[in-house]
Amino acid sequence: MLDLSFYTQQVIPALNRGLMVTLSLIFPSATLGLVVGIIIGVMRAFGGRFWSRFATAYATIFRGTPLVVQLFILYFGLPNLGIYLSPYLAAVIGFILCSGAYHSEYIRGAILSIKRGQVLAAQSLGFSSWGTLLHIIVPQAIRRALPGCGNEIIYLIKYSSLAYIITCIELTGQGKIIATRTFRFTEVFLVVGFYYLVLVSMATIFLNWLERKLYIPGFGRS
Amino acid sequence: METNKVPLLAIEGICKTLGGKEILRDVSLILEEGDLKVLIGPSGGGKSTLLQCINLLIRPDKGRIFLRGREVSFNRKKEVLSFRQEIGMIFQDFNLFDHLTALDNVSIALRKVKKMSKREAYERARMELERVGLGDKLNHYPAELSGGQKQRVSIARALAMDPAVLLLDEPTSALDPELISEVLAVIKDLSESGMTMLMATHQMGFVKNLAREILFIEGGRIIEQGPPDYLLNCKDRHSRTWDFCSKLNDFYGEDVA
Amino acid sequence: MSHPLQVVITSLPYLLGGAVVTVGIVVGAMALGFFIGLPLAFVQVYGNIVLRKIAAFYVWFFRGIPVLVLLFLFYFGLFTLIDWNITAFWAAVLVLGMRGGAYQSQIFRGSILSIPSGQLKAARALGMTDLQAIFYIILPQTLRIALPGWSNEYSIVLKDSAIAFVLGTSEIMSRTHFVASRTYEQLAMYLTAGAIYFVLTWVGVHLLKRLENRLKIPGYTS
Repeated sequence: MLDLSFYTQQVIPALNRGLMVTLSLIFPSATLGLVVGIIIGVMRAFGGRFWSRFATAYATIFRGTPLVVQLFILYFGLPNLGIYLSPYLAAVIGFILCSGAYHSEYIRGAILSIKRGQVLAAQSLGFSSWGTLLHIIVPQAIRRALPGCGNEIIYLIKYSSLAYIITCIELTGQGKIIATRTFRFTEVFLVVGFYYLVLVSMATIFLNWLERKLYIPGFGRS
Repeated sequence: METNKVPLLAIEGICKTLGGKEILRDVSLILEEGDLKVLIGPSGGGKSTLLQCINLLIRPDKGRIFLRGREVSFNRKKEVLSFRQEIGMIFQDFNLFDHLTALDNVSIALRKVKKMSKREAYERARMELERVGLGDKLNHYPAELSGGQKQRVSIARALAMDPAVLLLDEPTSALDPELISEVLAVIKDLSESGMTMLMATHQMGFVKNLAREILFIEGGRIIEQGPPDYLLNCKDRHSRTWDFCSKLNDFYGEDVA
Repeated sequence: MSHPLQVVITSLPYLLGGAVVTVGIVVGAMALGFFIGLPLAFVQVYGNIVLRKIAAFYVWFFRGIPVLVLLFLFYFGLFTLIDWNITAFWAAVLVLGMRGGAYQSQIFRGSILSIPSGQLKAARALGMTDLQAIFYIILPQTLRIALPGWSNEYSIVLKDSAIAFVLGTSEIMSRTHFVASRTYEQLAMYLTAGAIYFVLTWVGVHLLKRLENRLKIPGYTS
């Protein structure tokens, strides 16, 4: 178990290769997922009858079903319709759609929590709708949504491991390969777990720093 | 009174139905420059709706609005926006921008709506905040201010836009009693320096001494209007206004008549 | 070439059998999570520094490592290491339960902290021991306040149970996968699985909401 060369020669290099894939999954999914979340969240808060219903339906479906099922539908199911996605692409699309639904919930909540009177005040000063949105609503919504959306991205870091199930070999996948080959599941997966703990902890520290940096009195965590 | 002079603000025949109920029925009023006119009346009578119709926050179903004799079009977005810059509004709930300091609250419209430079805007904002007695609170956030201070910031914010008319929607109703006087002092100052104001309020003692005219609104109509002395002191006329005010008198313990 | 709808209908009983297993996993995991999480929460609020550090480590470990990795680590690794011939079902319950305990401890910790400190003072002033005060005064209130968060946890555990299919449990996902790979009607099958999860989520949340309303104390806001 404490055979160091095992780790340095076999485990670490393989896991690092997997880590690169994991990171390449996380970054686009996190950013685009947030974009989707903002669009859907704004639709739910401001959209007319059709768009807000559509957005709510989208969010309900993607939050009410397991990510595993969504990934399977994208990778194994779409071929029935003649659409063939690579494992990476299916994973990224799945992550974007799923986390977008969760983000939309936080963003919608943030937008609705802004007291309507401020919109009235902005209008009475002569702000246009765009001006009100840009200078009054958005700066506050970002601060309110930050804890929720930040946590969602941390979840994404962990759930990126599910890409392995649809044959995209990332960190967890590499771990499974090494472990199956060497029969040393405990050791390998302890190291894999450690990798994730480091990623998650770093992300949490960054999130806390960001929250402190943007702090305004009266905007405490609700 | 010069009969040929065009009034600063003229409202004609404003009607508004909200949620199936007729809130305003054919309301008309005139504000001459330097006037302080007061709207009083029971809750739900339409005072707040009327004020928000005047600066087109709520679009009237019928009626016309004239600023300095020129009619304001409800349909042209640009006209509405620039009209709103000329009409200042003070809200019962202050409605300060929570994410901005006092200085930023006052200066943001100057910068983004009036397109002033940052330096000019801050200068003007500082001046207005000092005028309402908050020169030392420039960098405080709304969460750090008392109710009376918040309302004074909102007055500074409205004044910085150089409005022709100031609308005040029950400016002291949300304040604790001991904070009311600081806001009333500012309003009194403004009136004495010639600001044209239309104010909805329950502060009868204040109103009696300063208002040029009192308008009593009930059920969406102006039931009575006239100078305070006339409406409040004629005991044998037994005006509706007097009835209402004496009820308020009992409640607030102020001497009306 | 069989019609997708036909395949769905014929396999539905089989899938619903899997739903029973899923519910079993979820109930087991939530229960285990409760019996781990509640004491852990009290330790974190009232315990001494050593116990608090241990509790904090447990929470950090089980919240920071992805479910998939935990399942591999325990089922293929640790359990094998100690020669424990545990079934996939119980392994899933154990792992999801331990993880749930970490999350539930935070829910309960939050609700304990939200109870005004005056309550404990009053209990002590009446002569209750600390243990009595905690059991009769703090605990009932904690449970009520935690209910909404617990309902949220239910929907998360339900979705995570789908991941457990990699261990070969016989729940919804495994059975769906089995039928799908036999009949090549992957899209139809996985959509059906998604629908089943959706219904389970909705029903569960609804039941928990009813429980919340039954236990509500008039005028009690947290």
